[in-house]
Amino acid sequence: MKLSGSEIILKCLEREGVDTVFGIPGGSVIPLFDAIYDNKKIKLFLTRHEQGAAHMADGYARASGKTGVCIATSGPGATNLVTGLATALLDSIPMVAVTGQVASHLVGNDAFQEADTTGITRPVTKQNYLVTDVGDISKIFAQAFYLARSGRPGPVLIDVPSDIQKAECEYDAKPDASIRGYKPSMEGNPRQIKTALEALLASKKLLIYAGGGIISSGASKELAAFARKLNAPVTLTLMSIGGFPGTDGLFIGMPGMHGTQAANFAFQNCDMIFAVGARFDDRVTGKVSAFAPHAKIVHVDIDPTSISKNVTADIPVVGDCKSVLKQMLVLLSAKKKMPDYAPWLKQVTDVAKKKPLCYKDDEILRPQYVIDRFYQITKGQAMVVTEVGQHQMWAEQFYKFDKPRRFITSGGLGTMGYGLPGAIGAKRACPEMEVIDIAGDGSTQMNIQELATAKVYGIKVIVAILNNSYLGMVRQWQELFYKKRYSGVLLGSQSSKDKKYWPDFKLVGEAYGLKGMRIERKKDVDAAIKEALASKETVVMDFQVAKEENVFPIVPGGAAIDQIIDMS
Amino acid sequence: MKHTIAAMVENKPGVLAKISGLFSARAFNIMSLTVGETEVHDVSRMTIVVKGDDKILEQVVKHLNKLPDVIKVIDFKNEEFIERDLMLVKVNASKASRSEIIEIASIFRANILDVSADTITLELTGRETKLEGVIRLLRPYGIKEMVRAGVVAMSRGRK
Ligand SMILES: Cc1ncc(C[n+]2csc(CCOP(=O)(O)OP(=O)(O)O)c2C)c(N)n1
Ligand SMILES: [Mg+2]
Repeated sequence: MKLSGSEIILKCLEREGVDTVFGIPGGSVIPLFDAIYDNKKIKLFLTRHEQGAAHMADGYARASGKTGVCIATSGPGATNLVTGLATALLDSIPMVAVTGQVASHLVGNDAFQEADTTGITRPVTKQNYLVTDVGDISKIFAQAFYLARSGRPGPVLIDVPSDIQKAECEYDAKPDASIRGYKPSMEGNPRQIKTALEALLASKKLLIYAGGGIISSGASKELAAFARKLNAPVTLTLMSIGGFPGTDGLFIGMPGMHGTQAANFAFQNCDMIFAVGARFDDRVTGKVSAFAPHAKIVHVDIDPTSISKNVTADIPVVGDCKSVLKQMLVLLSAKKKMPDYAPWLKQVTDVAKKKPLCYKDDEILRPQYVIDRFYQITKGQAMVVTEVGQHQMWAEQFYKFDKPRRFITSGGLGTMGYGLPGAIGAKRACPEMEVIDIAGDGSTQMNIQELATAKVYGIKVIVAILNNSYLGMVRQWQELFYKKRYSGVLLGSQSSKDKKYWPDFKLVGEAYGLKGMRIERKKDVDAAIKEALASKETVVMDFQVAKEENVFPIVPGGAAIDQIIDMS
Repeated sequence: MKHTIAAMVENKPGVLAKISGLFSARAFNIMSLTVGETEVHDVSRMTIVVKGDDKILEQVVKHLNKLPDVIKVIDFKNEEFIERDLMLVKVNASKASRSEIIEIASIFRANILDVSADTITLELTGRETKLEGVIRLLRPYGIKEMVRAGVVAMSRGRK
């Protein structure tokens, strides 16, 4: 039986186990939306902006580990996806975006709502396709999903001209998805793994530095077993928070710019770094020439381009984190003698004790306190999604995660506007979880329209806005490094007499038919959080927090990571 | 340092853009890039000459390998290989200089493709150093127009 291109697309999505798509229709995807109308297996969430759709698909993917799917029309619909694709690419999130394109005979004609979508999205996708024949759809979708979730995951875009959505052909249920130029090395070279392990065991001061690869390969258990077996300290990047229990005695916090004193001390004083699924990002290393001066580096990553990019690895292992750690654990179990890292561990944890993360616990309503209370009241069992800014760093610092896929944040691209749609997508993936969007007043306004999506589909998230009336993170830099010349960071009124602020987030929540709250005093925080947790609907919480609070510690941009400014 | 790399790629639209985008996004400087068909009908071969240290070369090779549309990459760094460039060059030639130019052409085994009242057009293949040598010799006569195809390369022997 012949099916239309649109019907084949849905067959392909079903085949990949897709149950949710996020998107907005338009002229060139009406045929596809028409096919969705009859589909019983795939639920469509109409978002209010395509960027929202992309971030929802991304949040869905991060929370579930499955591939997120979004759909947009040609031209402006497709260009609105770009930030979402770039966000997913930098954090290696599996996603498939389907865009409509003008009819094949109009491609290249500056037709109405035509954009060169594959051209525009090339640098922000792992791969993209322009479909030129309805008979190719099945194979292209199979390849797209395979690429999105395998190797180093990432977003893939498929651009489908409208005539091809309508054209008919037989559906090929089992196309060959193999790609001759793409064979990610999963296992890693056994000899190299052995060499790497021997080198690790020969060290006296070992630091385990794990990144997002731990989450995407599902290697948390193996990482924990490995760290405990060796009794060595573990630092996690922003992308892997929760990949090792945040309450474990071996965990020393995140490294880098807003990292803990202990983690940065460990880098600067260790003699061996075991990097797994992390990429020595500049936010982690600070000034590269002064980074980890005494350390040899064993680097495990599935992406060879991540190895020896910023920092040269002494022993590279190209492979999947989980599979390599597993092999190392087998080799370890045959070892009779383990190195003794206890003295080193004590050295590091002493720094952690002497210089812990902290904040002033006084009368003032401080943003860190709000997060701390969320942590205590939810007993660390919620899923936290963040926007980008100071609140994001505080969320990482003061909410502790014991499980992977519980802390969801735009790390690589740092996309303001990610949090609200990201939270909605995450909640759709894990409806049984309490999902809290730790947000800033600036970021929230970048995709605030998605409150309507939450309302209409009855998706409950808690939008906890730490409202400081500033683009706080930028204000902090201006305070510390630009002589307090606040340029373009004040979100509140420009007049010092006028104490009003816009928008009134409580009213905004109510305008969307949701619960809105404003919390101004410290003593009201607990009751408000409990009320929000009890609510069945999305809640918008406007916490009027201290305006000029800073994130500490901070390593100035371009400085060595032991040049730390901390709370006085 | 100059490095020569060959990449076997899928012969389909968009692939050249993906490869050139890879270079521009990372500010790798391409000195020459050629594309052509191969013994396999749906595979094209690109020969890319880049400038940079070994570290840049390593990154280039890794990034090329990472592209799903790239089937195979040959890095000629540690190999014996043959490389050739093709050049067409139109030189001013007066009655007086014509014979000198023809002599240069014959020494370097260049073909004379076209002769007019005041120009000669030569075709020359060879290694880059040879081409550059000829250019140096022809420059005093006045080069009116010149085009080079870019380097193509292949390893020696059975490989
Ligand atoms: C889309 C986008 N634009 C600009 C920035 C630069 N930026 C980083 S943090 C920040 C301020 C965020 O303000 P807010 O959401 O209020 O969070 P706060 O830092 O105050 O907690 C800005 C403007 C960004 N990360 N993303
Ligand atoms: Mg703010």
